[in-house]
Amino acid sequence: MSLNFNVPEFMVERNEDRCIQCEVCVRQCANEVHTYDEEDNKVYADETNCVNCHRCVLMCPTRALSIKKHSLEFRENANWTASAMNEIYKQAQTGGILLSGMGNPKPYPIYWDRMLLNASQVTNPSIDPLREPMETKVILGRKPEKVTFDEDGNMTTKMPPQIELSTPILFSAMSFGSISKNAHASLARAARETGTLYNTGEGGLNKEFYEFGKNTIVQVASGRFGVHKEYLNAGAAIEIKIGQGAKPGIGGHLPGEKVGEEVSATRMIPEGSDAISPAPHHDIYSIEDLRQLIYSLKEATDYKKPVFVKIAAVHNAPAIASGIARAGADVIVMDGYRGGTGAAPTRVRDNVGIPIELALAAVDQRLREEGIRNEVSLLVAGSVRNSADVVKAVALGADAVYIGSAAVIAMGCHMCQKCYTGKCNWGIATQREDLVKRLNPEIVSTRLANLIRAWTHEIKEMLGGMGINAIDSLRGNRLMLRGIGLSEKELEILGINHAGE
Amino acid sequence: MKRVYANETYCVGCKLCEIHCAVAHSESKDIIKAYKKEKIKPMPRIVVEDDMPISFALQCRHCEDAPCIKACITGAMQKGEQTGIVTNEENRCVGCWTCILVCPFGAIVRNEQGKKVAAKCDLCAEIEDTPACVKNCPNEALKYEEEGE
Repeated sequence: MSLNFNVPEFMVERNEDRCIQCEVCVRQCANEVHTYDEEDNKVYADETNCVNCHRCVLMCPTRALSIKKHSLEFRENANWTASAMNEIYKQAQTGGILLSGMGNPKPYPIYWDRMLLNASQVTNPSIDPLREPMETKVILGRKPEKVTFDEDGNMTTKMPPQIELSTPILFSAMSFGSISKNAHASLARAARETGTLYNTGEGGLNKEFYEFGKNTIVQVASGRFGVHKEYLNAGAAIEIKIGQGAKPGIGGHLPGEKVGEEVSATRMIPEGSDAISPAPHHDIYSIEDLRQLIYSLKEATDYKKPVFVKIAAVHNAPAIASGIARAGADVIVMDGYRGGTGAAPTRVRDNVGIPIELALAAVDQRLREEGIRNEVSLLVAGSVRNSADVVKAVALGADAVYIGSAAVIAMGCHMCQKCYTGKCNWGIATQREDLVKRLNPEIVSTRLANLIRAWTHEIKEMLGGMGINAIDSLRGNRLMLRGIGLSEKELEILGINHAGE
Repeated sequence: MKRVYANETYCVGCKLCEIHCAVAHSESKDIIKAYKKEKIKPMPRIVVEDDMPISFALQCRHCEDAPCIKACITGAMQKGEQTGIVTNEENRCVGCWTCILVCPFGAIVRNEQGKKVAAKCDLCAEIEDTPACVKNCPNEALKYEEEGE
């Protein structure tokens, strides 16, 4: 075997004054970084495999461990950085494409942080949400042009299907397969507890989860895994996934090792076979084709379920969104380039797509100009990190947001970005039985529900501060936003004024 | 009476219960001092049985009709009338291991450091409301509750 040119990324620092050789770190590290030497009665670390997931750090009963960035330096070079060189070493060794997990970590501008919210002072009073009612309810679905009533005042307009949520936050698509069954169960339980929805992702729906149907979005993606009539009718809505923010234009690949008995039954594919989702839907090459699929799904569900269409935010998002609305979708979902994933080619994750903030503003504007904004709800995803991001998204025109990365962080994810290895030490992105059992849905569903509750409280506070008592009154209200440190062009696209204007 | 129940489904096999049990029964009750300074090595009275992915923690079940009490030759092993907790009075114990022979769960361990005594779970009765193993389980795989709760 030839020399491996890759250098370790992290160092394990063990405080020997505190280490009691209890070996908890040894037992908990799926990457086998820690080993106990009986002869020396010492625990050693081989940091080559350390991914800095913090499992050992948090499990250590004496807080003896810390993980640091490796002190090994390359000669300073602004162009050839350590990561640029390490990636070349890796590719020169393997000849393969680089893989990554989670969302784009590159230092592109984060527009959420370049927008500021307004608050009421003197001329219009702010509202205290603890004393006065504050509405965070969101109703997703196509709204009719106009409503008509008969002589007795009963509505005669046939309403398209609508979904009522108690908060503008939904859990985004994460398939059973990419995440563990326990992680899936936690999302389902939390969605039910907080009156929102979770999304099956492209993995089908395990029979055990049918009871959460009212809080489930069932996804239909290019691989059509686990799709059958019962599945389509099991959820509250159907989502056609065209693209994903982390890897626009790319399909998916669940390696055969992760396709165990249960995943195989749920996805309706043989055990141990690779689950390959093609890059395109092979029956969709135009908006007309998309319309056919939307109506096939509506037909299969008796026109009772709203159909979402999810795309990655790309250069021509507004024109595509307009087409989707006209194709008959009830909800358009857009996923920005910072959206997470279980596995994506690194180059695609880091270089393809556009920021969700700009895509959202542009799409909302386009749909309004075309007079069809009422025909669809807009859901956005792609790194909504906190309740302020939610409020800003709604002010830019979103009906609600999806959270994926934030949800897995609430479950214990420490962003080591190694989801694709299947060795998630937190029991989230793995199918290994000993790791899956580390995630107790009783604890984790409460954590997820807490997160939704906390954000909803904060949203109410911010709404109140603006003197608004319903999230519906904020939707598309861009006067509540001001840009900071943005160029004329960026302000124009976002449709907002600069701070001070 | 309240007992410790193990939920095998969520036991991660970290053995933190063993470590904290040992500390709770140490001289200093301080984790670092107990392991690094005390002459008598801290000894857990709870044992994690594991063959991953299966693992669970086992400790004394505090039987209604405890065989260890009947078998004890010195009367060191007793059941609290009010509490129902089976404890071994260590200064009366002579280390004959008869209790170990008769325990149907294998929940009594030998402590041969210093005076030979049988060591077993006392539900941390003298220290805390909740046994140390239950309090420190990171995944709520141990519950302290009435039977059937």
